[in-house]
This record gives sequence, C-alpha cells and structure tokens, in this order.
Amino acid sequence: MASLSEEVLLVVKKVRQRKQDGTLYLMAERIAWGPEGKDRFTVSHLYADIRCQKISPDGKSKIQLQLVLHTGESTTFHFANESSALKDRDAAKELLQQLLPKFKKKANKELEEKNRMLQEDPVLFQLYKDLVVSQVISAEEFWANRLGGINNTDPGLCDNKQEVGISGAFLADIRPQTDGCNGLRYNLTADIIESIFRTYPAVKQKYSENVPHNLTEKEFWTRFFQSHYFHRDRINTGTQDIFSECAKQDDKGLKSMVSQGVKNPLVDLLSLEDKTLDEGYGLCTSTPSTSSSNRTVKDSSNSAIIKRFNHHSAMVLAAGSRKGDTQVDQASETSSTDGNSRDSDFFQPPVKKVRLQEAIEYEDLQRENGPKTVALNLKKADRYAHGPVPLQSQQYTTSQDIINSVNYIQHEMANYKPNLTQVLSSTSASSAIAALSPGGVLMQAGAQQAINQMVPPEVQGELKHLYAAAGELLRHFWACFPVNTPFLEEKVMKMKSNLERFQMTKLRPFQDKIQRQYLSTNLTGHLEEMLQTAYSKFHIWQTRRMMRKT
Amino acid sequence: MKLNIEGLLVYFPYDYIYPEQYSYMLELKRTLDAKGHGVLEMPSGTGKTISLLSLIVAYQRAFPLEVTKLIYCSRTVPEIEKVVEELRKLMEFYSKETGETNNFLALALSSRKNLCIHPEVSSLRFGKEVDGKCHSLTASYIRAQRHSNPNQPVCRFYEEFDAVGRQVPLPAGIYNLDDLKDFGRRKGWCPYYLARYAILHANIVVYSYHYLLDPKIADLVSKELAKKSVVVFDEAHNIDNVCIDSMSVNITRRTLDRCQNNVDTLQNTIQKIKETDAAKLREEYRRLVDGLKEASVARETDIYLSNPVLPDEILQEAVPGTIRTAEHFVGFLRRFLEYLKSRLRVQHVVQESTPQFLKDIFDKVCIDRKPLRFCAERLQSLLRTLEIADIADFSAVTLISNFATLVSTYSQGFTIIIEPFEDRTPTIANPVLHFSCMDPSIAIKPVFQRFQSVVITSGTLSPLDIYPRILDFRPVTMASFTMTLARTCLCPLIVGRGNDQVALSSKFETREDFAVIRNYGNLLLEMSAVVPDGIVAFFTSYVYMENIVASWYEQGILENIQRNKLIFIETQDAAETSMALEKYQEACENGRGAILLSVARGKVSEGIDFVHHFGRAVIMFGVPYVYTQSRILKARLEYLRDQFQIRENDFLTFDAMRHAAQCVGRAIRGKTDYGLMIFADKRYARADKRGKLPRWIQEHITDGSLNLTVDETVQLSKHFLRQMAQPFRQEDQLGLSLLTLEQLQSEEMLKKITQIAHQT
Repeated sequence: MASLSEEVLLVVKKVRQRKQDGTLYLMAERIAWGPEGKDRFTVSHLYADIRCQKISPDGKSKIQLQLVLHTGESTTFHFANESSALKDRDAAKELLQQLLPKFKKKANKELEEKNRMLQEDPVLFQLYKDLVVSQVISAEEFWANRLGGINNTDPGLCDNKQEVGISGAFLADIRPQTDGCNGLRYNLTADIIESIFRTYPAVKQKYSENVPHNLTEKEFWTRFFQSHYFHRDRINTGTQDIFSECAKQDDKGLKSMVSQGVKNPLVDLLSLEDKTLDEGYGLCTSTPSTSSSNRTVKDSSNSAIIKRFNHHSAMVLAAGSRKGDTQVDQASETSSTDGNSRDSDFFQPPVKKVRLQEAIEYEDLQRENGPKTVALNLKKADRYAHGPVPLQSQQYTTSQDIINSVNYIQHEMANYKPNLTQVLSSTSASSAIAALSPGGVLMQAGAQQAINQMVPPEVQGELKHLYAAAGELLRHFWACFPVNTPFLEEKVMKMKSNLERFQMTKLRPFQDKIQRQYLSTNLTGHLEEMLQTAYSKFHIWQTRRMMRKT
Repeated sequence: MKLNIEGLLVYFPYDYIYPEQYSYMLELKRTLDAKGHGVLEMPSGTGKTISLLSLIVAYQRAFPLEVTKLIYCSRTVPEIEKVVEELRKLMEFYSKETGETNNFLALALSSRKNLCIHPEVSSLRFGKEVDGKCHSLTASYIRAQRHSNPNQPVCRFYEEFDAVGRQVPLPAGIYNLDDLKDFGRRKGWCPYYLARYAILHANIVVYSYHYLLDPKIADLVSKELAKKSVVVFDEAHNIDNVCIDSMSVNITRRTLDRCQNNVDTLQNTIQKIKETDAAKLREEYRRLVDGLKEASVARETDIYLSNPVLPDEILQEAVPGTIRTAEHFVGFLRRFLEYLKSRLRVQHVVQESTPQFLKDIFDKVCIDRKPLRFCAERLQSLLRTLEIADIADFSAVTLISNFATLVSTYSQGFTIIIEPFEDRTPTIANPVLHFSCMDPSIAIKPVFQRFQSVVITSGTLSPLDIYPRILDFRPVTMASFTMTLARTCLCPLIVGRGNDQVALSSKFETREDFAVIRNYGNLLLEMSAVVPDGIVAFFTSYVYMENIVASWYEQGILENIQRNKLIFIETQDAAETSMALEKYQEACENGRGAILLSVARGKVSEGIDFVHHFGRAVIMFGVPYVYTQSRILKARLEYLRDQFQIRENDFLTFDAMRHAAQCVGRAIRGKTDYGLMIFADKRYARADKRGKLPRWIQEHITDGSLNLTVDETVQLSKHFLRQMAQPFRQEDQLGLSLLTLEQLQSEEMLKKITQIAHQT
C-alpha cells in the first residue's frame, strides 16, 4: 500500500493510536499511521477527507491530535514520546495546517457544489431524500447523472467561479472589543486577512518576510494594529515599526499611480485649462512653498486621512479587478497600459475621440435604429415602486353592503316569474342534468379539481413526492434505451429492480394508506400505469434479447 | 432636419429637436439681426452648443457679408474639442443634405502644449516649459543667428511653416487639435503657428477665453480678427472672474528678489553689448524716438512681449526720454524696485487707490506717471534688443513692468492692498502686494466695443440682469430658457434639519458644531445606502472639507459609508485628484458605486461632468460663499456698491448661488439623465437664495421640499429614484420635450414655445 513514490514529509515516532504504539507519517497527499513493527498502515486518510484537526489544550497531560473527517468519524493520535511529545505534536500540527487548506478547496468544491444544488432546489432535495436516503439508489448513482448533466450543459459556469471583490469597509469590520482590562481584542478571520493581503500587497510581503522566522502570527497582527500604518491619522510613529516601510511603499505606489496619469482625457484636470495665468497674475495666489511649511500638525494629519482614503479605495478597486482578464482587455482597448503612452500621443487620439463622441451624443435626438427591445410592461407601476401594501379596509365590503345585496337577491327571487313558454323539454333537461352531475359527460374535466378538495393536503404532498421520485427513476430507466452497450444492459436491469423496489417500498404503503383513509384508489392509477409501461417495455426488450441469444 | 427660423433656413443635424432649442435659436437670431449683444441661459444638456452652431453657421451662409466669423470661446480644452466635434457633425450633415462639400474652415486653437509636435518640446509637461522651449527655438533673433551659425538649433516645423505655410491657406474643413497636429505632421509644419495664422481667415474659431480676455495674449493672437464677427462665450457664468484674474497682479518678496536678479542680469548684458555691439543699442534708441508704432511691428514668435493694457492708447506716443536709453531704463527699474521693496516692509495692512500710490511714488522716489506707463513697452523693446533667449527667467521683471503700466494707466477699478502676513499665520511675515482689479468690465470692454455681436451663454446665468451690470454692456436680448421635461428628471431637495431637528447650516457660527457635522455625515451615509452608483458631494471650501472628513473619520461615519460605497476625495494636487476621479468613474462603471467628496469652486466643480450613473445624486453641503474676510473681496464689494449699485449681500448671494447651481448642475447632463440635487443647508429655503437659482432648477423645488429632515429626504429620494429607473423611451418624450418637424410646425406648439423663453 505504501508506494515508494510517495514523498514522506514528516515521520513522528512513538505515536499511539487506540492504545497501540506506532509511527505517524505525513505524506504529500495523505496522513497515515502504522503500528510498530508492521510494514503497513492501519490508518490512512487523504488530506482531502479531513475536515479539521483538533489538539488537546496545553495543560492536559496527554498530548493528542485529533483528525475529524468529513464523514464525521475521527481519529485520535496520542504523542507518547516523553521528551519531545509537545514538539512532535506541534510539528505535525504546523505541517497539517499548511497542507490541509490546499486540499480542502479541492475536496470541498464538489461537496459544496452538491450541497448548493440540494439547497437551491427543494425538489431535488426531496428526490434525494426519497431515493438516496431510503436507499433506493446509491448516492453516487444519483449524482453521477445529475452532476454530469450540469457539467455538460455549461462547463464554463462551474469552472469559472466569479471572483468575489473586497468589501470597501473590511477594515471597519474589524471592530476592536475591549477585553476587560486595558486592552483591545481584534477578531480576524481568514477572509479579513485575505482582504488585507489583497488590498495591501505591502503587508503581505511583510507577512511572508517576517512571520515564521521573526514573529508569530499573533505578534504580527498585534503590531499591525498598533502601527501607525493602521491608524494613519497618528503622526508620531515609532521608528521601530516594521510597517513604516509599508507606508512608504504605499506612498510610492500612490505616486506612481498619479504619475502614470489618467487615460480618460476628459477627467485629466492637469490638461483641463488651456492657458493658465502666469505666476504672479490672478487674484489669489496660493504659493505652495509657504502653505506647506506652515501647515500645522492637525492639517497634515487631515490630509493624510484624505490621502489614505483615496489610496484605500483605489487599492480595493484594483484588488477587485486585478484578476479579471476582461479588465485587461478593456484597458488595452481604452489605451495602452504601458507607461510611455503619455509622451507619445499616437496612442491617445482614439480614446479621446471615442470619449468626445460619447460626450456630444444626444441619444434622444436621434431616431432610434437599434434593435427593438421588449419593454417591461408593469400593470401597476406603483406596486413595483412600493412593494406589496396591506389591503385597505375600505376595499372590503361592509356588512351593511352584504345585507343589502342579500336583501336585493331575496327580493329578486321573490319576484321571479318563470317564463314557462320557453323551457326545455323534460327529456333534454334530464339528460343535461345527467351530463352535469358527477360522473356525467361534462363533469369529467372537473374531477381534477375535485381532488383538491377531496384529498387531504398531506396526502397530496406525498403523492407529489411519489410522482417526482417515480419520474426520476423512470427517467433513468428510459434513458437506457436503446440498449446498445453492455453497461446500459446492466443499468437497465438495475433500474428495473429499482423500479420494483420503489413500487414495493414506496408505492404500496401509500396505496394502503389511502385505502385506509377510504380515498378513491385511482389516485395512484397513473403511477401504476407508468410503471407498467416501463415493465412491459422491459419485458419486450428482455424477450427480444432472449430470442436473439437463442 | 431643416428648420425655418424666422425666414432663415437652418440645417439641424438631428431628427428631432427640443422645443427650447428652437426657442434658443429664435432669440439668437434676433440678437444677430440686431447686431447687438445677448445673454442667454439654457440648462446644460439641452444641446446649447449645437443650436448655437447650427444657427450661426446658417446665418453665415445666408448673410456672408453680415457675419464673417464666429469666435467661440469656451473654458477648458475638452470643452473646446467637444465644440469642434459637434461642428464636424453639423458640417457632415450639411454636405449630406446639400450634396456639396462646403468651403467652411473651422479650427480650434490652443496653447503650444496642446499643439506642439516637436519631439523634444512636446514631451515637456508644463505649458510654461513648452512655451519657453519653443521660444528658444523660434525667436526671430535665434533664427537670425542661424544664418551665421548653422549649428544653432531651430524648430524645423516652424522653419518649414515659415517658408511655405503661409502661401497656401489651410484647406477648408474642420480641424480639431488632433487634426491640426496630424496635418502639421504630414506637411511638416508647426500646427500652433499654422493655427494662429489660419484663424485670420477661418470661418469659425474655437479657443479659450484667454485669447480674447487676457490683454497680454489677446493683443497678440486676436488682434486682427474681423469686426464683423460673432463672439460666443460659453459656460460664461464665471466670466467676470476670468476678466479680473487676467488684470490682477500679486507681488511678493520672492518676486522682488527674482526681479532684482533680472535687473542685474540686464545691467550686465547691457554692459557687455555696449562693449561689443554699441550700434545695436543706438539703433534701439533711434527706434524709440521714432515712436512705438514702429517698434511694435512685432514678429509673431516673440510671445512674451505683450502689453498688459489695452493697445491703441500708448502706441501713438513716443517713449519718454527718461527711460529711452537702456542704462537709464535699468536705473529706473532699480528705483522702482527699491520703492516696492520699501512698500513691502510694512507692519500693518495698507490699502490705497492707484492715484494715491502714484502720488506716493512720485513723492518718495520721483517717478512720474508717464514713464511708468511705458514700462512694459520699454522692457519689451530692451529684451528684444538684448536678444535674451530664455524668457521664463525674466518673468519677474516682466511682471513688475506690467504692474507699473497697469497701475499708471487705470485710475479706477483697481486697488492696491499690502498685507504684511497671511491672516491664518499672523506670526510669519510674508508681505504681499495685491494689485487687484475690481472691475471685470475693463478687460472685456474692448471685446464688446470691437465685435458686432457678443453672446454670453451658460447653463447657470441667473439672475440674468446682474451680468450686464457687472460687465457694463447693454444687451439686446436677455432670455432664460427652461428645460421641457416629459418626466421630472431632476429632484432638488432642501435639507434643513437633521433627524434630531438640529438646523443644518455651514454658516460660520455652526461650522465647528459637532451636531451639524454628524448630521451631515448621517445624510451622506443614508444617501449612500439609497442612491445607486455615483454620488458627488461638494463642500464650501477645502479647509471645511478637511475638517469634516477628519471628524467623520473620528466618529466612524466614513467607515460606515465604506460599507456602501468607496470614497474618493479631491485633494489640492490636480494630478492626484485626476487619479481619484478616474478611479471614481471606474468604481461607478463596475457597479461598486462610489462617493466623490469635492469642493465648490474647485476644478472638479467647474470642469467635470457627471453624466448618468457617474452622478445620480449631488449633495451640496452648505452654501458656497466666498471667503468674506478677504480684503480683496471687501474692496471689490465696495466698488460694486459704489459703481454699479449692487449691494454686498446681493452679490455674495449671487456668487454663492451660481457656484451651488454649477455644482448641482454637474449631475444633469441631458433629458435622459436623472439625478437628485440635495441642498443641505436650511438657508437655501429662503426666497432670496432660492430665487437666485436658475429657473430650470427653481421651478422644480416644491414648497413641500423646502425644509426636510434627513429621513424625509431619504424617503423622497427612494421614491424618485425608483420612478426614474423605469424605462424611458423616445415615445415618452415625443410631443412634449422632443419634437419632430411636423410637431414643431403646429400652431399650438409654436405658441407653447414662445413661453419657454423667459424674457427679463
């Protein structure tokens, strides 16, 4: 079982499992344990199967590591080496910590996908319950058909998951909580950390530079939240701060963004003015040299805040579109992304021309000649704008109205005089009555409606489920025809037995139930019919096969 | 479609027309017929430009002798380019309809920075550098030197243009800035000088205000434009400030120090020339005796040598003897400089009129008024004689001499204020001499005098009557047009109170009030949750915005806003703001939504449009009054009161409201567009403020929306936005705010249209 080609990342000796001493192996794709003195593994889990790992608290005498699998089972390893148990365990833990997330995504993707489909589609969920949970067909069979179908129809949808952007307020979401004494607690989740990294690559760089070697993760984030970098309005900053470099890098990034200039000439404030007044002319000159020298501390902190917001928003925006390839297309369409587009204006005119044309366009002055679109026709635009409104009491008829109308009808009836000269003959009248009574010619269409009232809702629900389940099974069954491969042959046999099992375990009890409730048994007639059709088809097929064989 | 505007055949390049466009053309035609000036207000996004162009082009074709040229002035480079593109559309329509290529020549003119194709020069980033470098390659004496020294670098594009470019006129067509550059590249001619030469015979010229209003440039570029031209100032709501800016001068200690260096350099150069080439100086002296007329036959490339004051007057006379020789003139400059230095050594604020200043200067250093007047001209002549290559270095002395000329020419409309320090920092000495123009009519007067029709137009010119008063002219037509709407696509709301009933206002007393700041924050927060895509918020000043942003940050309001939208903030650095703007648009585009915090009177509020989803709501925090404690403003207000009988408060409110209207108007850029306009200050509810908003905004303010709380505002906004988000098709507009030719010709509609124009 232990193929030699597998790369062993870590070997920990003296690990107990179920009171048995043994050795723990961490390999590239799985974790395994074998009892001492034997050359095979009694425990072996793929990383993809592991949901999480748990460790015993520091104070405990036993130093253990528990692996919880997706199936819910768990395996506990006890590190028994007296001298280095803790170290061994931590080594294993650290390694697992790095390995698990890599596999998690792969494994979960499928699981998540299934889960999502079940959650999104209640009918499917019911089917799953009816067929899989009651073990009519196996889960794999069920999914084999489903997932395949989905993947075949639009594979792009599943592979190409939409990139999720970053919330603009992710820093604000890290609300510090006071922890009782003079301290603050920040709760960081993996999402927030990822947001920080994606938005501020400088921090990510610092993290990868420092974290395993110089600082622990906790220390790193503590420093981060203490730093001037996080609280940008603070001016007095310690020189020891590892993030001061980040701030500088950010400033540099901002400057380079600024110096790159803008692609849209219509928003370029620098080239807006045609001819600026020379220095010294004009009403109010704000000489930049003086204004910067005598800025107060408060002023500069204010402008730092403003700068920070601009930078933050730009970075969030960039993080959102960094990966999208479409963005690149667009960028190259609007202008060349290379920095030297500024000095060579051969690139600029097309963008400019397009923008100018857009700016002078009066779409409503031109005759529309685009393809006609279907306008949304709202009967009650008001309702769309406000959402449902509770009925006003005025719209109900008052009791007085009802009494009035009853009186009116009574009055009408009292004064009713049959027009005897124009009545039907008695024979035609009786045949009409017969046709209109239940079971009559004209009433057959109405039977469907009657079910609604006759059958209690829970039976209706059950019937619906049965129909869905039967439909699913029959679909599987009919999908096998024409049977031209051995695989299909096998499948059709299996499906037939599935159908029979379904009839036995699901349909029969239901029929009994409705019989007990004295409901008309023809409720399930159609179901039976469908099953019979399938069986007869199967028989025909089988007899033909036999004939061919003989 | 083809329209009949009171007997004039007008080609209009669209299938439909807005009623107000028709009305606008009617008024415009009457203005042109009367050969007078006009003030026309029409909301942005109703196709003002194309109406203007269609009518004037039709007029030019019908009466080629009455109107020979259209000079279209706009404010920003993108605006200029937009106008040319619209014109191109119109001309394409003409040739399609008439089937003949017309011989119209229209072109845009801009500064060298936007037109230069010289590989080295055009790579420079700042306009001033480009100008300087260009000059160092094209100045007349540089080119003269090349005859003796072939290694002297010159601009081959200019040389080529100078050699052949003038013989063949620019072929008819529409030339945008990029087209000019292309043409220049193809021919190897300098597009800038080509354009400057071509505007003389072009039918339509599109350029920026400065080419007409700044006398330093106007004299050079626009001097020879024909009298029978129609001048249009688009986006003219700030025209008075442009006029004032172009005539005002500030002198600091740094200026004087640099000027001192300049004068020293001049002295040395004169000394050197005297030893080597005394004849040159003698020649100059002779020319000056003959009079400036001769001397002013300037070569077009010598840009820096232009007079700050209006021409004609001084050019008739000869330069006074006291400053005729170069040494005397330099000595004169030194004396003047020393005098200015002594004036800057003050401990308290001094304010005086120009006659007072002239008297003082005569008493102290015996400088007469007359030589001062010639200062600028004399310096020009000297610099030219000395063949100084880099003019950028001499900007300080040019500034001083321009100041000298201005101060001695105008006895009225200017004031001199010397401040020993800035108001905010009274401990740091930083003396500044403000020579500030208070009368915008001085700069624009020659334009009104010279051209037969001047049309001032903008989306926000209310109240209309104030412009003729402050610019001192008599218009033949004044009209304000509303926007006919099939659905009310703008929703002005005045928020007067917070949810806790605290009155919202940016007035000075409550500026630091936390309750107000918090309520402003709540307003923005709630709106950010309701409004889709982009929100633009304007503050009254940069300092105010900084303070509010800081305290919102402390209160955690900004963090909460970030949950809904990204935040971008205008900074004082234009490049940084441009980037923020672009990112803002990107965020609106990709659906994340963003908020732009910006400043009224800033560059964003003046030059950037927030069409459609780029601005679904504009929030104006406070009333954007100008900083009233400034002495320059006080002086100007006094002057307005004395000269034009405009009360201080009226002017201040007018000024504040036009900026507020500009800000909120940024969001509505057409009839298919829609947006909220939220005025967050209870003072907007007052009749005197409200009444100064443009009519097209005013008429949508209902009595019910005058003093809303934040909650009520949110409710109304939700309702409005939901309604506006419904599909809006052309059929919905037809017959109401959009007309076909047949509809336009119906009697009933014509009657309706006459009501659109609001005569004052």
